[in-house]
Amino acid sequence: MNDMTPVTTTLKDWETDQEVRWCPGCGDYAILKAVQRTMPQLGADPANTVFVSGIGCSSRFPYYMETYGFHTIHGRAPTVATGVKLANPELDVWLVTGDGDGLSIGGNHMLHLLRRNLDCQVLLFNNEIYGLTKGQYSPTSRPGTRSPSTPFGSVDRPVNPCAFALGSGARFVARGIDVNKKLTDAFKAAYAHEGTAFVEIFQNCIVYNEDVFSDFTDKKTAPDTQLWVEHGEPLLFANGTKGIAMDPALFGARVVDVADGDWEAAGVLRHDQTNRALANMLVEMPFGDYPMALGVIYDDPRPTFDGAVMEQNAAASEGKSDDLQALIEHGQTWKVGK
Amino acid sequence: MASAAETKKHKAPEDAASVVVRFAGDSGDGMQLTGGQFTLSTALAGNDLATFPDFPAEIRAPQGTLFGVSAFQIHFGSHAIRTAGDAPDVLVAMNPAALKTNVDDLREGGLIIADSGAFSARNLSKAGYEENPLEDGSLAKWQLLSLDMSEMTLESVKPFGLGNKEALRSKNMWTLGLALWMFDRDRQPIVDWLNAKFAKKPEIAEANIAALNAGHAYGETAELGYAFQPRHVDAAPAEPGLYRTVTGAEAISLGLVAGAKLAGLPMFFGGYPITPASAILHHLSRLKQFGVTTFQAEDEIAAIGAAIGASYAGSLGVTSSSGPGIALKGEALGLAIMTELPLVIVNSQRGGPSTGLPTKTEQSDLYQAVYGRNGDAPMPVIAVRSPSDAFECAIEAVRIATRFMTPVMLLTDGYIANAAEPWKMPDVSSFEPFPVSYHDEAPEKGGHFNPYQRDEKLARPWVKPGTPGLMHRIGGIEKGSGSGNIDYSASNHQEMTDLRAQKVLNVADDVPEQAVELGEAGETLAVVGWGSTYGPIQQAVTRARAKGRSVAQIHLRNIWPLPRNLGELLKSFDKILVPEMNKGQLKTVLRDQYLVDARPLNKVSGQPFRIAEIEAAIEAQLDG
Repeated sequence: MNDMTPVTTTLKDWETDQEVRWCPGCGDYAILKAVQRTMPQLGADPANTVFVSGIGCSSRFPYYMETYGFHTIHGRAPTVATGVKLANPELDVWLVTGDGDGLSIGGNHMLHLLRRNLDCQVLLFNNEIYGLTKGQYSPTSRPGTRSPSTPFGSVDRPVNPCAFALGSGARFVARGIDVNKKLTDAFKAAYAHEGTAFVEIFQNCIVYNEDVFSDFTDKKTAPDTQLWVEHGEPLLFANGTKGIAMDPALFGARVVDVADGDWEAAGVLRHDQTNRALANMLVEMPFGDYPMALGVIYDDPRPTFDGAVMEQNAAASEGKSDDLQALIEHGQTWKVGK
Repeated sequence: MASAAETKKHKAPEDAASVVVRFAGDSGDGMQLTGGQFTLSTALAGNDLATFPDFPAEIRAPQGTLFGVSAFQIHFGSHAIRTAGDAPDVLVAMNPAALKTNVDDLREGGLIIADSGAFSARNLSKAGYEENPLEDGSLAKWQLLSLDMSEMTLESVKPFGLGNKEALRSKNMWTLGLALWMFDRDRQPIVDWLNAKFAKKPEIAEANIAALNAGHAYGETAELGYAFQPRHVDAAPAEPGLYRTVTGAEAISLGLVAGAKLAGLPMFFGGYPITPASAILHHLSRLKQFGVTTFQAEDEIAAIGAAIGASYAGSLGVTSSSGPGIALKGEALGLAIMTELPLVIVNSQRGGPSTGLPTKTEQSDLYQAVYGRNGDAPMPVIAVRSPSDAFECAIEAVRIATRFMTPVMLLTDGYIANAAEPWKMPDVSSFEPFPVSYHDEAPEKGGHFNPYQRDEKLARPWVKPGTPGLMHRIGGIEKGSGSGNIDYSASNHQEMTDLRAQKVLNVADDVPEQAVELGEAGETLAVVGWGSTYGPIQQAVTRARAKGRSVAQIHLRNIWPLPRNLGELLKSFDKILVPEMNKGQLKTVLRDQYLVDARPLNKVSGQPFRIAEIEAAIEAQLDG
């Protein structure tokens, strides 16, 4: 994000005249609305905002945002975003990608974007499937996923997007659900974070992978399956009857029962969004035995890549002449007389 | 040195006042450094020159092996020099492997200077010699000066208390000292350079200077006989002006900076290390004060992706690589073509396919440049002919990219990138500026901005993100003509494909007509070249013309689109010969575009053409 004077806009100002072409009922609609709803609250300026995407259903996103937008090629959105931001660090850069685009064909670029810490927001729509190419399994698909390319079930192990991000050096990691209202909170925190802010959004693909996340998105069971983390607050779920404690024997998390709200007695941890070890533990908790950790899991800024590049450009230029003729004539020269 | 009579017998008369020297040794012997410094002293003496560094792909190949030999050839003289020379007059061989791999190139009667101290049984066996060639008479058709340079180097640096290995590193300076004596060169610039290079290790500087002086003194005092007398090569007559030596990589870097300045743009350079293109990244990364941002990306694709992003944001995006890297950038090139953004892509060609010959030169990426993308994806292509020509070509690439809103491919090659030649430095103020103006007029309220509206040359407007009222979306999906919205309709794709092709063809109206370098239209034979074959073609055509043959030289800078008069020009000749360091790529394009009977002359040995090879082909065409 940038320290720009807030601009007053409404949700309508962020909508384009283009017909939205996602399948009816797709989770992408909810995410689009959530972003368009968040932008006015951020005081962001449409003219100063750039949405960069790769290829896939999610990557159509820029066409629907009344901002500057660049729909690039498969997996390469982080590279284009890097050039945009280095050429003009004043711009607000948002990157929209999916599990295939961002973690398969573009996995290498995602790794380097995160380790460099370019100041931008990454929205990774994870639907655990290739939608636009008609339903092949993706790098986040669970083992056994049957798809046109894996009729007998997939046999490879999936990547965990948030663990990948942390392993790549991310300084901001959040998780949200397409239709959940708290998604806007994650966007706001991501925007406020200086550096690469990685937001994994569980997105329901109603055509090729419907309800793949329903075991924790189902509203009826949500209190028992969702752990919404908040900085400084205890890690409680199941209406405060359960919590996450540290198990020294496991060197990791353990679910504990909380009696009469006395979470401290049960050893439940307080969430600290600057604690990297805790963040790693939360994103690695296997769902089923543990709830799904959601919200801003990690937020601990470090100097940004674009900031460092600008600083070095300025320092290296300081006191140096930009006389091109002098540069050309630099070094050992000789004169040929008439 | 050969006697005057000998020289005349074996050399063409126009070469009488020029000498070709080749330094060859282990890749750890510092031959490139020796050659580079000898080049500098030669340039300072006012000779015209051309060089050819030829080194292995391995950084430190096992010592003494044939494949670890690194060589540097310089051709200098008192007249215009266009090539690095066909056959060396002098070969400096630092070990048996260097002798073995190079001696057959040496002119008959030429001089071998060999370090006998390195001709140990072990080194001889590694080079595959059963007998010591310095002693068995097998080198009889050449003159041999066998010296224990290793021992004399060790002796000269003794006072500095260096270890044996460290001390032997100065051997190349001893050799250089002898070469400087032999050609009557000033040592002072080398001394200054050594002092600057080893400012933090004065004892190393002093040891090297001592070795340099010792080599020079050896020449002066040892009675080497008539054949080894110092030889002065007069300064070449050159256009008055200020000169320096320049390599192609340096000249391209400077030209890109100049181009950005003439366009009034900051430059963003995305690169990924690859031989022989990395030197451009290295040069530009030191030029931040000229508004240059350099980015060493995670791969070739990221390098071009970032350059495209920077161009979208209003900078001049530039990326550079060699063939294999350009292949990786192919999809992104299509994106730049589709989004119609300015971009310069430099390809320093090397031997291919695949990894091929990383350190050897070739010009086999012409098809890749002109045709190498999915879809109908035309792009202007410009080829550099020499290190000093590279400066102007880089400026021209920037001009076309920004004027036509298109990626432009700038072709150079490993030979040009590494070779040095004297450069009459241009006056930057003599170039016409071509300032870029971004589109910033927002449509009236309720109006719609059309990012794919076009000017008279069919270029679309360039809008910088951050400009109020002009928000728009671009991408790789087919764009509606004018509106830029997604449009898959049949008529639109036909229209847009035609527009993209026509826009690139329009470049031909914006560049000069094709000139004839030597000779005139209507002669019997046209020798048509492009890129670094310029020098040998020019020499070969000059020689043939001196013999009264009807032959002309045409050398292309604009490979795509081809110059608007080229078809007519080619058809004025009876025959067309196209020498190329590939299997006939320009030949195919010329046949395709003009239905002319262009005949190929091909060489893909990793070495530049020899003048004699082209001369023979010219004779064969004219007599055939």
